[in-house]
Amino acid sequence: MPLLEVKNLRTVFDTDVGRVHAVDGVSFSIEKGRTLGMVGESGCGKSVTAASIMRLVPNPPGRIIGGEILWKGRNILDIPSKEMPELRGKEISMIFQDPMTSLNPVFTVRKQMEEVVSRRKGLKGKAADQTIIDMLQTVGIADPSRRVDNYPHELSGGMKQRVMIAMALLAEPDLLIADEPTTALDVTVQAQILHLMKDLQKRLGTAILLITHNMGVVAETCDDVVVMYAGRAIESAPIDELFAANRHPYTRGLLQSIPIPGSNKRDALATIEGVVPSLITPPKGCRFADRCFARQARCTTDDPTLTTIGTGHQVACHFPLEVAR
Amino acid sequence: MSAPLLEVQDLYKSYPVRGGLFSAKQGEVKAVAGVSLTLKKGETLGLVGESGCGKSTLGRTLMRLEAANSGRVLFEGADVLTADKHQLFALRRKIQMIFQDPYSSLNPRLTVGSIVREPLEVHKIGSREEQNARVRELFVAVGLKPEMIDRYPHEFSGGQRQRVGIARALALNPSLIVADEPVSALDVSVQAQVLNLLVELQKKLGLTYLFISHDLGVVEYLSDRIAIMYLGQIVEEGDRETLFREPKHPYTRALLDAMPIADPRRRRDRAPLQGEAPSPLNPPSGCTFHPRCPYATAACKTTIPVLEPVAGSTPDHRAACLRKNEI
Repeated sequence: MPLLEVKNLRTVFDTDVGRVHAVDGVSFSIEKGRTLGMVGESGCGKSVTAASIMRLVPNPPGRIIGGEILWKGRNILDIPSKEMPELRGKEISMIFQDPMTSLNPVFTVRKQMEEVVSRRKGLKGKAADQTIIDMLQTVGIADPSRRVDNYPHELSGGMKQRVMIAMALLAEPDLLIADEPTTALDVTVQAQILHLMKDLQKRLGTAILLITHNMGVVAETCDDVVVMYAGRAIESAPIDELFAANRHPYTRGLLQSIPIPGSNKRDALATIEGVVPSLITPPKGCRFADRCFARQARCTTDDPTLTTIGTGHQVACHFPLEVAR
Repeated sequence: MSAPLLEVQDLYKSYPVRGGLFSAKQGEVKAVAGVSLTLKKGETLGLVGESGCGKSTLGRTLMRLEAANSGRVLFEGADVLTADKHQLFALRRKIQMIFQDPYSSLNPRLTVGSIVREPLEVHKIGSREEQNARVRELFVAVGLKPEMIDRYPHEFSGGQRQRVGIARALALNPSLIVADEPVSALDVSVQAQVLNLLVELQKKLGLTYLFISHDLGVVEYLSDRIAIMYLGQIVEEGDRETLFREPKHPYTRALLDAMPIADPRRRRDRAPLQGEAPSPLNPPSGCTFHPRCPYATAACKTTIPVLEPVAGSTPDHRAACLRKNEI
């Protein structure tokens, strides 16, 4: 049984201009100790998927209208709201692109971390203090015994991110959901943060759901990948297979549009023409059809479903591409 | 060899830090601390560094959007920093800028057509009809439909807005474009479209680019030469191949090492560079990189390294590191 299994998840937002189908039938699963990368461009539904798993979709305007989120076999959507903080604090932790989403500006780092230590480990006073300072040290904060008494605004962006990660790690969760955790950071700090997350995984067997738009980060940290487009999962595969033997035209276009080391301006980059469709009135048929170079008549009428085409490899396309040699 | 289009000599720009009673000056941040660089006509120089290294300030200072403290900026031999009002007005036709954020750099109350026409009006170029014709021509050049001229910025996607920004920058036929992170707010597939457009325009119009970015992948793709900045100074520069193949400054190496590569077969198990860049308010002594540098010696704490040619490398490969010829 996978640790987390998301089946046909549907999350909508009711807005003045209509109902936005932000996540419209997404399925994937994560095993213990593995890292699943979730990639896609702005508005594809990555973050809403994460928020849905945590039951953090603001209602109104948002609502989960269908599907199941099985956590160790139990449907998260059936858990009473008052039990959710317990699940969020102990079993699933989340880190965000903007650390101020999870840090409270009016409390010191110590105060905020004490709460996690006491709830998760039952530690108080000196013992709690030591645990906090050790963890700040682990995440690479220089001079932790002084920094612990700082307020969030006194820390740099990288330091705030580290504090948030330290809090997530103190909880020793079974699943860490990281939503663009390094997007706002410099590359050298990004490398440090990713290193930390992988280190935690090695020590505790934590599963990681890493949401990012950066294919480089995916290639370097993930075991499996699910590619999202317009509210759907359109391809998922083990990392090597996804890069070397992808079959969905969108996945291929996305990978080919990134300048890879050694490329230069004498070779034009591949592009995907057009724009993503409206999620208020999604097109009939395949959502990628109007931008797809391999489109055929059927693509504009029939909606493709995610189908298994190899070991751990699924694709939602009527005419999957040949594997490039 | 032709004279350089742009020559920056020993440029300094610092900002006072104020606080306390009557906002007394308490110190200064040296955002640009003695930068020299040259750009030849038709080439692209990539300027790379992490947040706060001074790369954007450098771009703004050499366009005189910020007043420099000292140094010279020669554009086709004329000093931008000492130019009077009229000379500056003329220079501004030839140097244009593209900004990072396609959402905040366009006036939401103007149609995109008026935004692109504005530079022509300011510089009183052509009749109204000629200006309209030029705007349509620019729209076509950047891949926008001329029938979109009367729409407002909010009706456009991020990639389209960036095209509007590029059309505006091209309106006066500039020879130098300073592009400050022009693609970093865009999704990758859109980013590729804008990069292709920049390359195409350069080939067609013979433009020279100063391309400022934190993304080494994008910079490598676009640049002929690359300069790496750390704490207000250029620590290494060279042609693209040399810099990526044989980086000499330990900071350049750390940056290349930290850059994630979109190819799982090239996954590396590396020890990341420790710490963060120190505050430019109080930079370390000697080589400003020494507290984070795995190669630092006692001398690095006291001696300030100079940007000098690297022995046995290509002629324009220079690094500011005491140990550049041994590591």
